[in-house]
Amino acid sequence: FQAPAYHLILEGILIVWIIRLLFSKTYKLQERSDLTPKEKEELIEEWQPEPLVPPVPKDHPALNYNIVSGPPTHIITVNGKECINFASFNFLGLLDNEKVKSAAQASLKKYGVGTCGPRGFYGTFDVHLELEERLAKFMRTEEAIIYSYGFATIASAIPAYSKRGDIVFVDEAACFAIQKGLQASRSNIKLFKHNDMADLERLLKEQESEDQKNPRKARVTRRFIVVEGLYMNTGDVCPLPELIKLKYKYKVRIFLEESLSFGVLGEHGRGITEHFGINVGAAFIDDIDLISANMENSLASIGGFCCGRSFIIDHQRLSGQGYCFSASLPPLLAAAAIEALNIMEDNPDIFQTLRAKCERIHKALQGISGLKVVGESFSPALHLQLEESCGSRENDVKLLKRVVDYCMNSGIALTQARYLEKEEKCLPPPSIRVVVTVEQTEQELDKAASLLKEAAQSVL
Amino acid sequence: VHNGGLYKRPFNEAFEETPMLVAVLTYVGYGVLTLFGYLRDFMRQWKIEKCQNATEREEQKDFVPLYQDFENFYNRNLYMRIRDSWNRPICSVPGAKVDMMERVSHDYNWTFTYTGRVIKDIINMGSYNYLGFAQKAGTCQEAAAKVLSQYGAGVCSTRQEMGNLDKHEELEELVARFLGVESAMAYGMGFATNSMNIHALVGKGCLILSDELNHASLVLGARLSGATIRIFKHNNMQSLEKLLKDAIVHGQPRTRRPWKKILILVEGIYSMEGSIVRLPEVIALKKKYKSYLYLDEAHSIGALGPSGRGVVEYFGLSPEDVDIMMGTFTKSFGAAGGYIGGKKELIDYLRTYSHSAVYATSLSPPVVEQIITSMKCIMGEDGTNVGESNSKHVE
Repeated sequence: FQAPAYHLILEGILIVWIIRLLFSKTYKLQERSDLTPKEKEELIEEWQPEPLVPPVPKDHPALNYNIVSGPPTHIITVNGKECINFASFNFLGLLDNEKVKSAAQASLKKYGVGTCGPRGFYGTFDVHLELEERLAKFMRTEEAIIYSYGFATIASAIPAYSKRGDIVFVDEAACFAIQKGLQASRSNIKLFKHNDMADLERLLKEQESEDQKNPRKARVTRRFIVVEGLYMNTGDVCPLPELIKLKYKYKVRIFLEESLSFGVLGEHGRGITEHFGINVGAAFIDDIDLISANMENSLASIGGFCCGRSFIIDHQRLSGQGYCFSASLPPLLAAAAIEALNIMEDNPDIFQTLRAKCERIHKALQGISGLKVVGESFSPALHLQLEESCGSRENDVKLLKRVVDYCMNSGIALTQARYLEKEEKCLPPPSIRVVVTVEQTEQELDKAASLLKEAAQSVL
Repeated sequence: VHNGGLYKRPFNEAFEETPMLVAVLTYVGYGVLTLFGYLRDFMRQWKIEKCQNATEREEQKDFVPLYQDFENFYNRNLYMRIRDSWNRPICSVPGAKVDMMERVSHDYNWTFTYTGRVIKDIINMGSYNYLGFAQKAGTCQEAAAKVLSQYGAGVCSTRQEMGNLDKHEELEELVARFLGVESAMAYGMGFATNSMNIHALVGKGCLILSDELNHASLVLGARLSGATIRIFKHNNMQSLEKLLKDAIVHGQPRTRRPWKKILILVEGIYSMEGSIVRLPEVIALKKKYKSYLYLDEAHSIGALGPSGRGVVEYFGLSPEDVDIMMGTFTKSFGAAGGYIGGKKELIDYLRTYSHSAVYATSLSPPVVEQIITSMKCIMGEDGTNVGESNSKHVE
């Protein structure tokens, strides 16, 4: 027989390889334990788990809640004492507005309380569709989507777009809901210093040079910037025009979280985009890819929404976890939100009134010995931090609690800003939260400021 | 049935096997649709067919594409064909009969228009209204209306700050009494109850054993906690026992340190399969291997058991055997929200360290009132036997 030469050479090599494998040393990839059943029983007997939860000391500051009897409106009864409310985020005073309540009552008579189903399976009511349309029209975007829980809004929106391997640039002072959304998305997170555009640009440049080393990977890695309009933790605004310039220069998408600024900033309450005049001249605010807000602050309802172009928002209808796997918003809360939107559209001067009150109290609180005011002058939620810390966070918290108790005993309800100390990425210092609402009169604002001065002097 | 002695009544679970012909035809169908999908994409790219889905802005065309190509392929070509089966809007209370808004599409489901007509009195077998408490008239609705006019719709603050109303305290005490546990805590959303509380119980160095068919909220909560997750076959006690034995004997992977805690995540009734968990066997295993049990009764609370106390009562067991009893108010109680019940130390810990208590708004007062009224009705405390008859009906 005739066989070509390469055939013989190939077979020869194969035979040599087989002989080598037969005589080489073998090693196991994984040690097998091979314990006897008796030893296994003993191990199972001996193992002791930790207790399910560690005990909490009885005087832990977060354990004993303030009990509010009755509605948390302008005059609030906390722990039996009547006070003026400077702690609930009821910025536009819509919590006990009669028109809002009667719209909710009408909805309750028509639909009952619960929706008994997620949006996909007969949980979509016409009120939900109406609310989504109204929100989209109000914010001048193409489409809006509603969630039934404010925390879940941004925490479900971020993982719907940003997956493992994508890069997110987020501000250090971002709120906890954003942090949980980022954790759920498993993306690479890069923190930049609060409101520091130079730091952000440095990170973006670093990323650009990385991209040039590996262009194939760069072509599929999505990039996002997540910022808040009005930061909950520090009370200041993000520099949106510079962010938009950076967006087009480095090709990153912007997600804007407007929980505090919706219904507060801007001439008609449309938020920080109106405040900076972003959509002046254009029909839609398309420079921002996604705006997310919750309806629990200015709109005095429950839930949250995201708005933007249909290209972006429609994706969440199939991949937003808090949207697909959860029951929809109770219709009475949606009706309350629609009525609140009506009131916001009909009375655009309440925003100016709110801003004037914020400026007033901001000025009145300057110069308190021992406490410094943190926040912009037009921010309705400001923080009062200790000028010098006592040494440990626990002692600071105790000291601030004494200030808060003094004020509560004299008729002003305040609260400390609460955080989960071990879980926050950048824990803000302990502070007292002062919230300004449209319902507070000027005398009450002055009374609060003088009371805080007194409290600071007596306690600190 | 293995361990048959633990069951006080016969436990029949049957899953119908898919016939071979149906399975083959389904895959063939997928194949045909995929081919057609590629054909239509090709025609759209060459502008033979009009592209009707939303596209990226002109100014952002050179950004990295937001969606992976294949994700969108399924959406454009397969989902779009049958999209009208889902998200149908209704416009009445989701009771036994429901009114639906008529919706038509003139361009094969790309856009929908509402004709304005309402189709009335459709028999409702789609809403989770098990005990019929979603009503637009009656004691529950009247009580909720009263609370709405007194308290308003929203709360505007978190539980730990200024959002803890007396109504919430009343609700939690009632839930604890209903379940037969020491203490309970209520949250604003059932999904959030799972995803924001599991992290407080387990962390790195702990093991979570989760059923194959657990709900997305349990999976997300387990992932966010940072513990190691192992999956056992659906309702299969041999698989669970094997995993427990291996975990305790071998310890953590690579370092061999013993696990700090083992948590078993099961549901009372699984929503997609309709199967009930084998609770007596799970509790026997849990006691033998000293692990903790987290029971998610979203669908079973109110619906199982002679007095509606859930799957624990259905099997005649004691609620003290289950470490963490979680459930939602959306299905049987016709409201919204979730709860966790258990020993006092557990609930105190959750009051201090749960994400929801610190950062999320508390439940809305009229919703709380609906839960209180419907729960009292199920317990028979309101003097009627409406609750009892409803429960018997469901059985």
